[in-house]
Amino acid sequence: MSLQVMMQQLSGGMVTTVMIFVLTLVFSLPLGLLISFGRMSKNIVLRTLTKVYISIMRGTPLMLQLLVVYFGPYYIFGINISSAYRAYAVIIAFSINYAAYFAEIYRGGIESMPKGQYEAAKVLGYTKAQTFFKIILPQVIKRILPSVTNEVITLVKDTSLAFSIAYAEMFTIAKAIAASQKSMIPFVAAAIFYYVFNFIVAALMEHWEKKLSYYN
Amino acid sequence: MKLLEMNHVKKSFDGVEVLKDINLSVKEGEVVSIIGPSGSGKSTLLRCATLLETLDDGDLYYLGEAAAKSDGNHAVYAPNADLKKIERQFGLVFQNFNLFPHYSVIKNIMDAPISVQKRDKNEVRKEAEVLLEKMGLSDRANYYPCQLSGGQQQRVSIARALAMKPKILFFDEPTSALDPELTGEILKVITDLAKEKMTMVIVTHEMNFAKDVSDRMIFMDKGVIVEETTPEELFASTNQRTREFLGKYHMQNN
Repeated sequence: MSLQVMMQQLSGGMVTTVMIFVLTLVFSLPLGLLISFGRMSKNIVLRTLTKVYISIMRGTPLMLQLLVVYFGPYYIFGINISSAYRAYAVIIAFSINYAAYFAEIYRGGIESMPKGQYEAAKVLGYTKAQTFFKIILPQVIKRILPSVTNEVITLVKDTSLAFSIAYAEMFTIAKAIAASQKSMIPFVAAAIFYYVFNFIVAALMEHWEKKLSYYN
Repeated sequence: MKLLEMNHVKKSFDGVEVLKDINLSVKEGEVVSIIGPSGSGKSTLLRCATLLETLDDGDLYYLGEAAAKSDGNHAVYAPNADLKKIERQFGLVFQNFNLFPHYSVIKNIMDAPISVQKRDKNEVRKEAEVLLEKMGLSDRANYYPCQLSGGQQQRVSIARALAMKPKILFFDEPTSALDPELTGEILKVITDLAKEKMTMVIVTHEMNFAKDVSDRMIFMDKGVIVEETTPEELFASTNQRTREFLGKYHMQNN
């Protein structure tokens, strides 16, 4: 196999990896916010449920969760899974796992907001939704950005776990080529790819942080 | 016309009675100061009046409309829709400003009239500019709160409250977070508002200021109103507790 063919196959995997990354963020960031509301709810049932959910998601390996989401429908319910489900399983498992982490980050940010901001908004007549989305959330985002960056960088590397259900993302392909060609080159290429990807992610997040540093 | 009326107000926190049967009414154009030692319930009274705390018992009326009415044992609040309307009658200036740090000065002032009162943006902008000029902050419109001194921030927060065109404005120790110099500039703003016949209720530790600006003064201690009278009479009071509290003030001035 020529180097060019190798790179062509790997770059197909890169696109898939980026797709897993983007879709996971698209679903887990809003889901995490909802879960954080549940976690902070006055309703004890909802609060306990979300607490248990977060505890399980954080307390068990993501690879295991991925296997459960992928094989669960067949092993537990006897549903025949289609080949397309492999991709869905990856996105579902990653999203529900990362949502749990994001929920705790949101909660930390929301609970760190001074009471005075809510009171000022209330006296000025803002509705609860306006207060949250106009006054609280923008300030929370600024506060949690460094922690979010951490999670997002971890996510870039975690996409490689999709290999455990043989989903053809970057890492799965690199490992296959390395085995068939007895070559280290695919691993080196993969390492460079993850590093550059994270370098870009970190730079973008830093840029965003700087943009928000106009106030403190 | 009574703008604000509070009858037999009671409030406890964790079994500790903070307000014990308080009556307070404020007429249009009146300036009322509330003084008293820390923990006497002054701030709690203001927070009850501005719906930041709920009364345990008692009545709360704005312009004759009930926000809360006692059923004999408990305060029963009006439906939320009515409370929203009543909220428009008053404004509150906080001790630590509570400006929105991510909004510029002008946006802090304009946002609530636009997004809460749904008023025309251009009209609101014009009014906000007039208010900023009045506060001596015309050149700070596009600054952020963190770029301003405490006194400037407090003036912005007064402008923000005034932009809502409240009928009555409450001040909760508006100068307690400021040094003496900055305190002076805030007191001047409030004095100017008093001259314009703005109805105000001011919780303060600034005795000289309270004496000068108020039509009526209230001395509170341990959750009750000890005395309620004109500044002149209060400062000449023969009540022992009042004299004790004002003793320090007298000493400073003699």
